[in-house]
Amino acid sequence: MSHPFSSPQSHPLSPPALVGPLPEPDLSDRRTRRPSPWHFLLLPLSLVMLTPLVWMVITAISTPAEARRFPPALPTSIQWSNFSAVWTGSPFGHWLVNTAIVSVVVVASNVVLCSLAGYAFARLRFRGSGLAFMLLLMTLMVPFQVVLIPTLLIVKSFGLIDHLGALIVPNLVTAFGVFMMRQFFVALPPDLEEAARIDGASRLGVFLKVLVPLMGPPLATLAILTFLSIWNDFLWPLVAIQSPENMTMQLGLSTFQGAHLTDWTLLMAATLMSQLPVIVLFVAGQRVFVRSIASSGIK
Amino acid sequence: MAPIVLDGLRKVYPGKQPVVALEGLDLTIDDGELVAFVGPSGCGKSTVLRCVAGLEKLSSGRVLIGGREVQELPPGKRDIAMVFQSYALYPHLTVYKNLAFPLRERHVPRVRRDAEVRRVAEMLELTPLLRRRPGQLSGGQRQRVAMGRALVREPMAFLLDEPLSNLDAKLRTQMRAEIAEVHRRLGITSIYVTHDQVEAMTLGERIVVMRDGRLQQAGTPAEVYENPVNLFVAGFLGTPSMNQVSGRVSRGLLVAGSLRLLVPGAPDGDVVLGVRPEGLSPASVDDDGLCLDVLVSHVEALGNENLVHARVTGAEESAKPLVFRSPPRFSPRGGDQVRVRVDPSQLLLFEQETELRVTLAGPVVAADERHVVA
Repeated sequence: MSHPFSSPQSHPLSPPALVGPLPEPDLSDRRTRRPSPWHFLLLPLSLVMLTPLVWMVITAISTPAEARRFPPALPTSIQWSNFSAVWTGSPFGHWLVNTAIVSVVVVASNVVLCSLAGYAFARLRFRGSGLAFMLLLMTLMVPFQVVLIPTLLIVKSFGLIDHLGALIVPNLVTAFGVFMMRQFFVALPPDLEEAARIDGASRLGVFLKVLVPLMGPPLATLAILTFLSIWNDFLWPLVAIQSPENMTMQLGLSTFQGAHLTDWTLLMAATLMSQLPVIVLFVAGQRVFVRSIASSGIK
Repeated sequence: MAPIVLDGLRKVYPGKQPVVALEGLDLTIDDGELVAFVGPSGCGKSTVLRCVAGLEKLSSGRVLIGGREVQELPPGKRDIAMVFQSYALYPHLTVYKNLAFPLRERHVPRVRRDAEVRRVAEMLELTPLLRRRPGQLSGGQRQRVAMGRALVREPMAFLLDEPLSNLDAKLRTQMRAEIAEVHRRLGITSIYVTHDQVEAMTLGERIVVMRDGRLQQAGTPAEVYENPVNLFVAGFLGTPSMNQVSGRVSRGLLVAGSLRLLVPGAPDGDVVLGVRPEGLSPASVDDDGLCLDVLVSHVEALGNENLVHARVTGAEESAKPLVFRSPPRFSPRGGDQVRVRVDPSQLLLFEQETELRVTLAGPVVAADERHVVA
């Protein structure tokens, strides 16, 4: 005979946990049920956002005559030659490598330097740290266009004009990155670091062995945002780079636009190729991307 | 294992309004002794621990561990281990790696490291959990891992900062016994910080009561409980806390409400008469001892005993209620008039102004023949 309290009927208000295993939540059912009223707003908005992308793809695989049609329509045949023309008719490979070099170096330096600086602002007590942090925050309020000329003069004094270094050095560490990492460390309870210090770890040891493994989400966010901003940057490369072989992708794309004539099929094919690494990166790391952005509180 | 000497510890947090967290703390903790620091929030007990650990820099004073001055050394060089209230387990490491962390940082060879980790895991019954991460452990298991990490390298001193606060009542009792057993077995000099007086009384070989950054009293649990040096210590220790009745002494006669007592050697002036709940007991109507008539306000039935809350008959409404224990069979109801017997040997006297204990020249006795005044 079973114990009376083990019976699901023993009490009409017994929570499920007391009378047996919880039923598996049926998420699929919940997802396929009635659409939310928000869907009527969000679906058309999604279409609006997708339109330029679809238009870009259609143009990239069309003939110049088909590309001029409005509204755009699917081409009669796919023009793969547009892509090969971009690759052979311009130093596209150079631009790709240049952009990759600049992006990887800047992302790596930001990940290292912003997290170290953020840690220092969050944890180390030194004279003037509050003032220094305030000044850092103030630089976030200044648009890049305002500091464009001073930055150019500084980079010129370093002898880096028309050199990839001109694109790397000013972006080695960013105020936004330092601020973001500092906020992460401030929110982290100090107990872990103190425990590690008592266990015999040095400051750097604490940072590398205890904190770095916990910094996955904020570092991923920082890396993604830095990568996107560098990969898609146009204004600063336009000012700092002149030689075609030193151009980055976005700057190179502008060479497809003439003063009087633009070959839209080649321009869109090049644009699509330039965005492919970003799209591949996003699709591959979509889960990490969404989670890290969500956990960092950045929208 | 080593004695710990705290010599004139002073800690001030600077700012526009500097906060004095510790003021002139002197204490010697003997080799192998477990001393429990107890006090209300903000009394400075955790600051003492953090200063000993090296997590806070002293404003002045010295800390000696095993005869060696350590106040200028970083935490890792002090040869101490600490258990945090939050346990502070490294969430990305398994239990094994958490236990091995202090040994790795001290470059202990792999074979010895492994042996030490397994020894401690065996002692704390953590062996089946070695591959798990902290997130997969219960509160009690995490607490044991934190203990293990502190014990694994056999430090000279062991610091525990409210290690049981995050556990439920049942687990806390169990872990308290385990900590006592580990300390008995290893005999490491330990400082235990808690706001829970039961923990302090049951674990500490000596307890130190702190208030506003100052040491109030240090002694064995029995000494501090039975002979508190001031009203704060008397009121802080004991559950329910000590009953306090205001009164006035004049030429050796104490008048406190309806009580008239002879208090030999007590100076004239305003005083507070203290008596613990166990100093009061239900009395029969014809009891001719020192008695009080009280009006019961409510009764807490605890099963093995009752806690009776009552007000002295005729006392002002603002007067603090008295609390006394009674056996379960004596269960009055709110509004009942009952008589309680006062044990004169358990009466303590404190100066109202300084809150210091008054040392009497002889035993307290009732002042008149009838003894019953109410």
